This record gives sequence, C-alpha cells and structure tokens, in this order.
Amino acid sequence: MDFVGAYSPDNLRFLTEGLKITLYVAAVSIVLSFVFGTIVGTIRYMKVPILSPILAVIVETLRNLPLLLIIFFIQFALPEIGFKFTVTAGVITALTLFEAAMISEIVRAGLTSIPKGQTEAARSSGLGVLQTLIHIVLPQGLRRMVPPLVSQFISLLKDTSLAVIVALAELMHNAQIVMAQNHQYPIPILLLIAVVYFVINYTLSLLSRRLEARTV
Amino acid sequence: MLDFSILTEHFPDYMAGFLNTIKASVFALIGSFILGTIIAVMRISKYRVLRAVGAVYVEFIRNIPILIVVLFFFLGLPSLGVRLDGFTAGTLGLTVYTAAFIAEAIRAGIQSVPQGQSEAARSSGMSYMQTMQHVILPQAIKLVIPPLSNQFINLIKNSSVLTIVAGLDLMYFADIISSDTYVTFSTYIFAAAFYLVLTLPLSFAALALEKRLARSA
Amino acid sequence: MKKRSKKMSSALLAGIVSVTALLSACTSTGGGTSASGGSTDAAASQLDAIKERGTLVVGVKYDTKLFGLKDPASGDVEGFDIDMAHALAKSILGDESKVELKEVTSKTRIPMLNNGDIDMVIATMTITDARKKEVDFSDVYFQAGQSLLVKKGSSITGIDDVTADTTIMAAKGATSIDNIEAKVPGVKVLQFDNYQDAFNALKAGQGDALTTDDAILYGMAAQDPNYEVVGEPFSDEPYGIAIKKGETTLVEAVNKGLADLKSDGQYNEIYKKWIGKEPVTN
Repeated sequence: MDFVGAYSPDNLRFLTEGLKITLYVAAVSIVLSFVFGTIVGTIRYMKVPILSPILAVIVETLRNLPLLLIIFFIQFALPEIGFKFTVTAGVITALTLFEAAMISEIVRAGLTSIPKGQTEAARSSGLGVLQTLIHIVLPQGLRRMVPPLVSQFISLLKDTSLAVIVALAELMHNAQIVMAQNHQYPIPILLLIAVVYFVINYTLSLLSRRLEARTV
Repeated sequence: MLDFSILTEHFPDYMAGFLNTIKASVFALIGSFILGTIIAVMRISKYRVLRAVGAVYVEFIRNIPILIVVLFFFLGLPSLGVRLDGFTAGTLGLTVYTAAFIAEAIRAGIQSVPQGQSEAARSSGMSYMQTMQHVILPQAIKLVIPPLSNQFINLIKNSSVLTIVAGLDLMYFADIISSDTYVTFSTYIFAAAFYLVLTLPLSFAALALEKRLARSA
Repeated sequence: MKKRSKKMSSALLAGIVSVTALLSACTSTGGGTSASGGSTDAAASQLDAIKERGTLVVGVKYDTKLFGLKDPASGDVEGFDIDMAHALAKSILGDESKVELKEVTSKTRIPMLNNGDIDMVIATMTITDARKKEVDFSDVYFQAGQSLLVKKGSSITGIDDVTADTTIMAAKGATSIDNIEAKVPGVKVLQFDNYQDAFNALKAGQGDALTTDDAILYGMAAQDPNYEVVGEPFSDEPYGIAIKKGETTLVEAVNKGLADLKSDGQYNEIYKKWIGKEPVTN
C-alpha cells in the first residue's frame, strides 16, 4: 500500500474533477426524479383512470430491474429505436427514471398514510379535489416522506458510481484510472473515495434527521 | 424489432449467467442474514464497544457505493495477499454491503418487541441468550420478513455489479452476447426479461406478505 | 429429473418471451418505427455535417497508454490516436484544433458510432470482416499484432505456454478474445469493461496474462515496469478508422488525409513520437 504516491496532488486534483461530475449528475437527477416521482406518485394515489394503471406497469418494471442495465440500455439500446443521448444526459435519464419510480412509491405511501377523515372534512368544507390535494394532503404527506426520500437521494448519489460502465468521467471512473498507475494504489484510493462518499451521504442523513425532528 | 434468434441461439449463455446471478444472490442473502443478525445484536448489546463497532459498520457501509465494496474484495485484498475470483469477490461484496441494511431491519424488529417481555423472560430464569433465542428473535423475524424480502430483490438487482469484476453473472453474459453479435437492443431486452422473471414474482409475494402481516397485526 | 429440468427451462423460456413482449410493447409505443434514427433524417452526408459544425467529433480511448490516455496530471488525453485525430481535422477542416474527443471503450465504440454520438472511431480498432458488416473502415493506419503481457518472471514466455488451464484477461468486445480462443481451445478468458480494469485485475493476480495488441501492451509495460510483453505477436491486427456505414464521402476524405499524412512525412513523425521507431514500410 502506497498512500503517499496514491494521494499525489495530481491524482487528488483528478479525483476532485470526477467528484464535481458526480455531484452535478446527482444533483440534477435528484431534482428531476423528485419532480417526476411526486407527479407519478400523486397520479397513482388519486387512481386517475387509464394513466394510473399504465404508470403502475412502468414503475413496477423499472423498480425491478438492475440500474446498471437501465443505464446501459438507455445509452446504447434506445438509440436503435430513435432516442439519442450524450453520456451525461443518458446517465441522468437512467438515474431519473429508476429513482423516480422508487420515489413515486414513497410518495404514494406517504399520501395514503394521511387519514381519510381529513380529506373528507376538507371536501365537505367546499374544497375541490385538487385543492384538497395541494393544501391538505401533499404538505402533510411530504413531511412524513422526508426520511425515506433522503435515503433514496443517498442511494442515488451512490448509484452514480455505476456510470463507470458507460465511461462517464465521474469519481469512480477517475478512481479506476488512478488505481491503474500502480498495484499498490487500489486500497488507498478505494478508502479515500469511500470516505468522500460517506462524508457527503452521512451529512445528508444527519440533515434529514434534524429536519424530521423539527417537523414532527 | 426484436431479434428472437439472439435468445434462442444464446440461451445457454443467458442460462449460465442467470444461474450465477441466482447463486450469488442466494449465497449473499444467507451470508448477509447471518452477518446482519450478528451486527444487529451487537448494536443493542449492553457493551459500548460492541455497540460502537456495530454502528460504525452500518453507517459506513450504508453510505458508500456497493461498487467500492466489491472492488475492495477484488482489487484491494490481493495487495494484502488474499486473492478472490470475480464471482467470489462480488458475492462477498454483496454480502458485506447488504448485511448493513439487514442489520438495521433486524434491529428495528428486535426493538419493536415490548421491553416487558424480555424482562418477564429474564425474571422467569432465562439467560440473555435464551431470551433472545426463544422470545425476542422469533417475534422479531416476523417483522423482519417484509424488509428482508425487499433486500433479496435488491440483492438480485445489485448482483449485476459482478459484471464489472468479470463475475460471470447475467449482465456479464449480456455484455458478451452484445459484443459478439453487435445487437444491443434485443440482447438487453432479453436480459431485462430474465431479471424480471426473478424479481417481479418476489416483489408481488413481498407485497402480499406485507399486507397479510399488516392485517394480522 | 432430466425431463423435469427440461420442462422447467421451457417454462422459463415462455416466461421470458411473455415478459419481453410486454417490455417491447412499452418501449415501442414511445419509440416510433424508424429503425435507425440517424441515417434517415440525414439526407446530407456526415462529411457535410462535420464541415457545417466545424468540429470533428472523434471517439478515442482514455485508458490506453501510447494511443489514447487521459493523463491525471495535465487532464489532457494524449497518444497516437489523438494526434491522428488532430491531423485529420487539419486535413478535413483546415484546423487541427477543431477536434472534440469523446471517450469510448472496446464495448461502447460501435454503438456510439452507430448512434451518431461520434463522427469516427480512432481507438486501436482492428479491421475485421465481422466489423465491416457493422461499420466502414478507412485504410490501415497502424499495423499491430496480438501479444501477451505478464508479470516479470512468469512461466509464460509466449503463446505456446498458454494452455487450457491459463486464465487470460481481455477487454469486452475486443478481437483478441476470438483469436486466443481459436489458438488455445478451452482457455479461460475473463473480460473487463476496459483495459484499465483488465490491467488492474492482472496486477491483483486475478489471471496469468493479459492479451491484446502488442502496441497497447507496450504502453502498459511502460506504465508499470513490473510487467513485460513476451513472445512474438501471434496475429495481424491492422487498425482502421471506423466510420458509420454508408458514409463513403467521409471514408474517402479520411483516406485522402491519411495518404497526405504519409507522403508529407507527418505520419512518420507521429509514429516515431509514440512508438519510438520508424514505421515498417510494407
């Protein structure tokens, strides 16, 4: 094990470049998958005819496939039927689809947990279906969803590392290039990037716990 | 659009990968259940050191990508003199990673058994181990089964990282088939179907189980 | 028992087929019917598209020393293939800086080319009959041969020492896999996503030798002096520049560029810069 050589300034700079891509891809995917996941989860909660069962099939399919396969499929199989993506866009699309499917289930469960009595009361006091949803159900539901949502975001951040298979220049990809310099480098480099992922994700989970404590 | 000759001509390849994916997932499930139980018991132990070790394990592993764990076994261990092939390294990586999640599920299960029960068992003369074995764990298991079945589905999906260490799993064989035939779309659609044949029934079973347990509770 | 397993596997097959039908139904509703997205709507040739865009988008390796390697120190991608890309940009667009590099691996380069992500592949790619059905190739721009990389002191000193018990590392989608399987029937080949992964695995002792073209192996040996290339090359690996099928004007432009590079001595300069000797003229 050669920690000094592995942690040379050049290598660290190179890894930082990778980390930037990781954070960028994760941040964009988190926002997109939250938006789509909330929409899909709400539609399924409201049991919108036609749309709801179609979304159910799509969500179940995506949730039950390996993300690695989805990433590769979007990048290299979808273009065969006319959808093209750059590597970054392809990875963001794959992450968004997969995580939105997961998030929609969290949202649906969160909304379902709001007691029926509340929606009925709101409706009988003259609020419309959408108004009830927006003013009564969603705000309460979202609050309950904070912990599972954050842990899903953490999963997403970890999952960006799977983009190595389409050669996206993120943290894991750059780590593999550095590791190839010397056979004494894998343990120091793996340890370093593990700590980087850990610090980011653990901070996120601490934030979520504080948020949870405040809202309850 | 779909080229079924890919499936018929490469069926033995798909099967080989499919079986290895099942093998890796089952081995890892058993391994991570054992390891996860040990860590869960450590986390609620009365010794601070054990509790700390358990907590560090769970928090650290849960917050890093599975690929790092797998690469540690595949690329890292050899520099310490231990060499494992891709399948073994991958399965061990899956085990160590999943154990952290299972440990949390089991801990939640154990802690949901009312304190009074263990006090009653202890006062009736049972030892700590006996209380765990005969009173707490059997009840905890019931609560743990739904999250455990979800972890099994995750294991099957996560086992696809074996392809990165040439672990001969389903994804690896799909890569090989598409490299050989230059057919991407059909190759991966069939691979996806193989995964779904495993995960969809499990998903539905887990859901049904959850509903039944919720009703009986 | 046998009957039962046959029954089970046919049940499985039926399951696969029905799930697949469902999957493809989902994707085709969104996908439209056009089989290839790029070629139908592009009535103009790829060459015109390049000229209009003003940049040449080239797929190269980022993990192959001497041909295309991303240097962590400078952040630049460097190598023989990169210099060829710049020289061709000068020939086609009149400016050698008008190049956009994109990383490819042996597994991803043909899909990326066919999907229109890149104009051409200059990535240690051997011209083979099977590949000619998928893509078009330029004239040969580099003559390589397959060889073996081992840890110094290995008992393997050439292809003759490779037996069915030997474990060989290779990259997914590389021709070297077919070659070595033909030479040594039953040899165990482990395939990785790129050469860095394969080299990492060799260093970790996961196999006995790494096989690919000698030119790439010399680059690896230069990276880590504990490893050496052994034996004579046991195959011909003529490298070509891959271009999307049917883009004949682009192939012609590239071939003209290559011929000019060779006649004005620039090719020899690039060759000497990376390989360290004059190219063998045949």
